[in-house]
Amino acid sequence: MVKINGELLDIAGKTVAEYLAGTNYNTKRIAIEKNGEIIPKAQYDTTILQDDDALEVVSFVGGG
Amino acid sequence: MLWKWSALWEVADLGIPTKEEMEQALYERHGRKLQDKFSSATVALCGLGGLGSHMAFALARAGIGRLILIDFDTVDITNLHRQQYKASQIGMEKTKALAENIREIAPYISLVLHQEKITEDNFRTLLQEADIICEAFDNAEAKGMLVNGVLETMQDKYIVAASGMAGMGSANTIVTKKITKRFYLSGDGKSDVADGMGLVAPRVMLCAAHQAHTVLRILAGETDV
Repeated sequence: MVKINGELLDIAGKTVAEYLAGTNYNTKRIAIEKNGEIIPKAQYDTTILQDDDALEVVSFVGGG
Repeated sequence: MLWKWSALWEVADLGIPTKEEMEQALYERHGRKLQDKFSSATVALCGLGGLGSHMAFALARAGIGRLILIDFDTVDITNLHRQQYKASQIGMEKTKALAENIREIAPYISLVLHQEKITEDNFRTLLQEADIICEAFDNAEAKGMLVNGVLETMQDKYIVAASGMAGMGSANTIVTKKITKRFYLSGDGKSDVADGMGLVAPRVMLCAAHQAHTVLRILAGETDV
């Protein structure tokens, strides 16, 4: 299982891009932390999620 | 009456304190060890709107040595409800207007002004000298660009960003999270100005205060939240 924003999901084996495609996230308005590090945007396609990975998807909303 | 007037003149003649007097006052308030950390730091403010202008005031008051102020915009009448500018400054470049206002508080602070838009192509050059970078944009995609860009390509920097401070939600929902060793995020994470909620000064100030205090804590070596 992969933990994303505290929720356990059965998505091990998928890439980050594949996971995102099934969500409402706009990739221009997020940053993703995996196991303490930021995943570079260029690696969303090639980063394969593995069991016990813990991710946080940070969303940016407008206003400042 | 005459003596009163002359006394006033004497005070006026003294003018602003000397650099040494200002430094001494900061040492008294913060202690020398902490103040030396603040005064040797360079902090970049990316965007000088509600977040950036309030952070600039807080950091200048704390005695940060150098601020890099970056914005492409000019002061507009619709900024005055939440940003640290004056009615007399409408039409001025924000970098210059803010520099003027900060210098009234911290006359000896070192300021670097960049009146330009931060883009994917120029951020590395603009932010090279900064120890800590504060993201204070209005636009969500610009926030995403800067945060990812800095974390991917400037790994020696800290970035303190903001997301979610629009509307009339409770002050208590504004928090700071530590996302990675070098990335902190303040805000409620969801109140989007695009939802038509607008921004009010105190809630933006809360978020700016979270960010500015995070900067001071990082400099003090207190890297947890």
